Amino acid sequence: MTASLLDIRDLSLNIGDHPILKGVDLSIAPGEVMGLVGESGSGKSMTALTVMRLLPFAAQASGNVRFDGIDLIAATEDQMCALRGDDIGMVFQEPMTALNPVKTIGEQVAEGIRVHTGAARAEAEERARKMLDRVGLPAEKFPLSRYPHELSGGQRQRVVIAIACALKPKLLIADEPTTALDVVLQKQILELLKDLVRENRMGLLLISHDLAVVTEMADRITILRHGEVMEEGETARVLSEQVHPYTRQLAQASMHVPKRGVLPSPLWGGSANDRSAAEIVRRGEGGGDIHPSSKTEPSSPPPPRLDHFASQSALADPPHKGEGKDGPLLAVKSVSRLYPGRRLSLFRRDTPVHAVDDVSLSIAPGRSVALVGRSGCGKSTLARMILALDRPTSGEIRFRGETVTGKGEAELKAARRDMQVVFQDPYGSFDPRQKVERLVTEPLHLMEKKPSRAERREMATHALTEVGLSASDLDKYPHEFSGGQRQRLSIARAIITRPKLVVADEPVSALDVSIRAQILDLFADLNGRLGVAYLFITHDLTVARAITDDVLVMHEGRIVERGATKEVLDRPQSQAARALVEAAPDLHRAIARKMQEQG
Amino acid sequence: MTLHTDVPEERLTDLIGKALANRSFFVGLLIALAVAGAALLSFVWTPYDVARLVISDKQQAPSWAHWFGTDHFGRDILSMIMLGARNSIAVALVAVGIGMGIGVPLGCLAAARGGLLDEALMRLNDLVFAFPALLSAIMITAIFGPGAVNAIIAIGIFNVPVFARVARAGALSIWPREFILAARAAGKGQTAITLEHILPNIATLLMVQGTIQFALGILAEAGLSYIGLGAQPPMPSWGRMLFEAQTRMAVAPWMAIFPGMAIVVTVLGLNLLGDGIADIIDPKARRQR
Amino acid sequence: MTAYLLKRLVIAAITLVLASMVVFAVLEIVPGDPARLMLGMNASAEQVELLRSQLGLNDPLALRYLHWAGGLLHLDFGRSYTYSVPVLDLVRERGVVSLPLALIALALSTVIAIPVGLYSASRRGHAGDAVAMGAAQVGVAVPNFWFALLLIYCFAVWLRWVPAGGFAGWGAGIWPALKSLILPAIALALPQAAILARVTRQALLEVLSEDYIRTARAKGMPYRAVLWRHALRNALIPVLTIMGLQFAFLLAGTVIIENVFYLPGLGRLVIQAIAQRDLIVVESVVMLLVAAVIAINLIVDLSYAVVDPRLRSRE
Repeated sequence: MTASLLDIRDLSLNIGDHPILKGVDLSIAPGEVMGLVGESGSGKSMTALTVMRLLPFAAQASGNVRFDGIDLIAATEDQMCALRGDDIGMVFQEPMTALNPVKTIGEQVAEGIRVHTGAARAEAEERARKMLDRVGLPAEKFPLSRYPHELSGGQRQRVVIAIACALKPKLLIADEPTTALDVVLQKQILELLKDLVRENRMGLLLISHDLAVVTEMADRITILRHGEVMEEGETARVLSEQVHPYTRQLAQASMHVPKRGVLPSPLWGGSANDRSAAEIVRRGEGGGDIHPSSKTEPSSPPPPRLDHFASQSALADPPHKGEGKDGPLLAVKSVSRLYPGRRLSLFRRDTPVHAVDDVSLSIAPGRSVALVGRSGCGKSTLARMILALDRPTSGEIRFRGETVTGKGEAELKAARRDMQVVFQDPYGSFDPRQKVERLVTEPLHLMEKKPSRAERREMATHALTEVGLSASDLDKYPHEFSGGQRQRLSIARAIITRPKLVVADEPVSALDVSIRAQILDLFADLNGRLGVAYLFITHDLTVARAITDDVLVMHEGRIVERGATKEVLDRPQSQAARALVEAAPDLHRAIARKMQEQG
Repeated sequence: MTLHTDVPEERLTDLIGKALANRSFFVGLLIALAVAGAALLSFVWTPYDVARLVISDKQQAPSWAHWFGTDHFGRDILSMIMLGARNSIAVALVAVGIGMGIGVPLGCLAAARGGLLDEALMRLNDLVFAFPALLSAIMITAIFGPGAVNAIIAIGIFNVPVFARVARAGALSIWPREFILAARAAGKGQTAITLEHILPNIATLLMVQGTIQFALGILAEAGLSYIGLGAQPPMPSWGRMLFEAQTRMAVAPWMAIFPGMAIVVTVLGLNLLGDGIADIIDPKARRQR
Repeated sequence: MTAYLLKRLVIAAITLVLASMVVFAVLEIVPGDPARLMLGMNASAEQVELLRSQLGLNDPLALRYLHWAGGLLHLDFGRSYTYSVPVLDLVRERGVVSLPLALIALALSTVIAIPVGLYSASRRGHAGDAVAMGAAQVGVAVPNFWFALLLIYCFAVWLRWVPAGGFAGWGAGIWPALKSLILPAIALALPQAAILARVTRQALLEVLSEDYIRTARAKGMPYRAVLWRHALRNALIPVLTIMGLQFAFLLAGTVIIENVFYLPGLGRLVIQAIAQRDLIVVESVVMLLVAAVIAINLIVDLSYAVVDPRLRSRE
């Protein structure tokens, strides 16, 4: 093994009395890509900030961190300033807030160059220009005088990368550099990082919660959990052998596909998933059927689902009565939503923006449908119109045969009762000042007959048990729950009125992989048991593949492709769908490729 | 001032423990209670009867008999300060009440409705903001003549746009949150959402602003009575006492020092209390201390 | 940019017009007949009637407003009932005291507050920060006129460095005039500086916890350089907002402070005018001060656009 560029030995870190890192070891050779993987709270970011010595005030680090022969724990602040940005560059997670809003991108890139090289402004700007060209922001479209707010998230992340790499550091630290971006942008940014690292022979510490992303990129991988290193080694070996149980658990959760239409096992870890990932990979290599998701049979809409699920009957014949009609549950007919264009002057506006452009779709009772697309494609706007939280500019939305477009709250009551919502952010979707009972029973306000207090409590208890929580949780406040539990609460609130349709807007994208697997199971289970139809809004194809029957691909306000999920994801026809499929990180594929590379 | 309103609700006992451990809050609360206590006590007892003028005792320096000395009519300054506290507290409190009572609903309405109504209400706010409390007081006095009620109205009018802005800004930061969307999906209307979700979540924000405006109200009342636009004699008021002390600074400085100290301590106490509340409720601000 | 400027200008103009209507309307409902007031109790009904029509008091309300507002545009404020001179002369004579006083106070408060705020923010949690913010906490609570009394007692009565009150007039030279404005300006400025220092510190600390500060630090910039080059400009927006509000307070404050120091400024003029029921003077001074507040708010709005590029490109 070559001499390490970065060598961390027995690093421990406390914030106040909280131990964050407990004896972490990690080393990176020059030019090597090290993937640091772990779920939230595992201490990945703190490890990076220790190397940069940009820790919060109350943090106390001990142990041995050597970079290029320098002891980083003992280094003075002046020494650190000399290292930061020159020998060690860092890219952060949130591109929208990582740049100073009142300074031009040119200034911000040139600044680091001037600090370290003492170059004159003109010279530094020339180098900044070259760097911006290199990261894909050409001069004609992105002059140095641009301000950050004039750039999109992906473009801003390129600027941050330009800042970090401007002086060709020996080590680049990228802390979840693509988590805030959609899959297509993620792929572009990762490729850019890969090229920059190769060109300049930089070491890269890539931090991510996404095993697939790290597997694609990293030579070696370190798996962190609760501040301790679980496993470390060559990427291909670690992920193919999966010696450590936690590694196996992470890998399985990343590839997890819920059992559909089978009676509950709300907790993750069912028998069907006991095959090791290595086995799956081997199967994957062998033939076209890489994805065990083929268990959910493809079917063309509307559903004759008479395969092996038929005996379960839950899906074939939804338990809801009074449905009578054969018509679709939800029908969206050429709906458009325009937003007024940018104001050019006091009296003139730009042409209006079509957030949603002439979209039609329908969902049959009990079906699970995915609406996938890149961020900003209009999928959330469409969802809000379906939920009657926003009004279409034109077109009509019918729910159970009755129009919901343009109706007042009183007339919407019946529709709202049968149509509920689960949001992305398990932290933001509850009023922090109300207790669970009140939060979960909020939709009961829609019932014709107002339930009594005792009835409400009983219904809330019932809803909680259905999502795997208990009656004792009724008197707690939302902050007493973990992210996954809150998402369960969110689902409990959505199903308390026994709706026919649940719209879920990125319901698992804020969750750690193991939690995500559990929540996906819960969704699948409820679909089977209650016959509720889903509209899943997501940019994550693994989610779509896991629990939906049909998929709609949205691009720039239009639906560009639709069909059975497996069909579309395996053989995408449209440009937009192909881009999504190609960019989606896939652990099977990544492991297979790594095994070829690393033998 | 921006307050992070995503505050986990805590158990009452925890909150009280935290409050008492917070020095700003504790000292502020003590001062506020002491001033309020003195004002209440003055209804039943003061060291001396200030209605009786004892010219023989005039302009005496502080002593054991008269802790804060006496004024040019021989009245006990401590007793005057206790009586003056009533006036100050009453004026500032009612003015905060006016400001909150009108401003908060307007701010919430503007935030809930948006559009033209919002724009119109905010322009109205600008208009009121263009008249500092003193100018309103001048105009009101010009019409109705001087008096304590003028001070209340003038300061109250000034408070309205302050609370309207704070309530609107707070409400606007809550409206886009997902739990509001969830409430809307549950069929709750604007009024129900405002009452059940918005107001509880901006309550601390309003409470902090309330203590600030209370303190400013006491300062403004003192200023108005000082130039003769506020409380009129014989009603004792801190500002008036300072006015009377001015020409006697050279011979009886205590006449100016103690009423002034009363104002400083009261305002300081209220500000500490406000800081303390913000501190306890808002973990972000506390981290920055 | 131009759209933003135009919008702000239009809003300021509308506010000004509405404010003038309020001032006019309020003084319209004041009981008492200005003509009777000017002529005194001995005048005959005919004389009063004659003056009323001369003053245009018999015209319809809207016409009188237009007449008055039109006059304002030409700086014609009418004639004082008691002094029988054009109000403009009075205002000009008194304004040269009040305006410099308010401006000196604003400058003083800014010059004290911003460095203190920067110092405190950069030494957060250290003894220096605690002392500065403790002093600011007390400073916020001090009424300016009481502070003025203490200053007079200390520097005029006891040390005899400056006059206790009165105004030498600009005619006697800049220095004597300034000398009589020093104490009033300090009395006005210090409590405001305490507020501004607290706001500056708070704004800086808020900005310092932003992500882009971490990005700047990751470039290798020292903490102090980050504070100056990245944090200060972003913290300026709340600071400017408070400075705008403070100017209004300072203008109002001059009214009180002038009474403490016996300065012949607008404040004294207006208090005397109230006592003498010289409503046209009250009306004019209030209108002038309101216009000044609106103008300052406009300047603050425009300076936002200079500081923040996001405003320039939005409407």
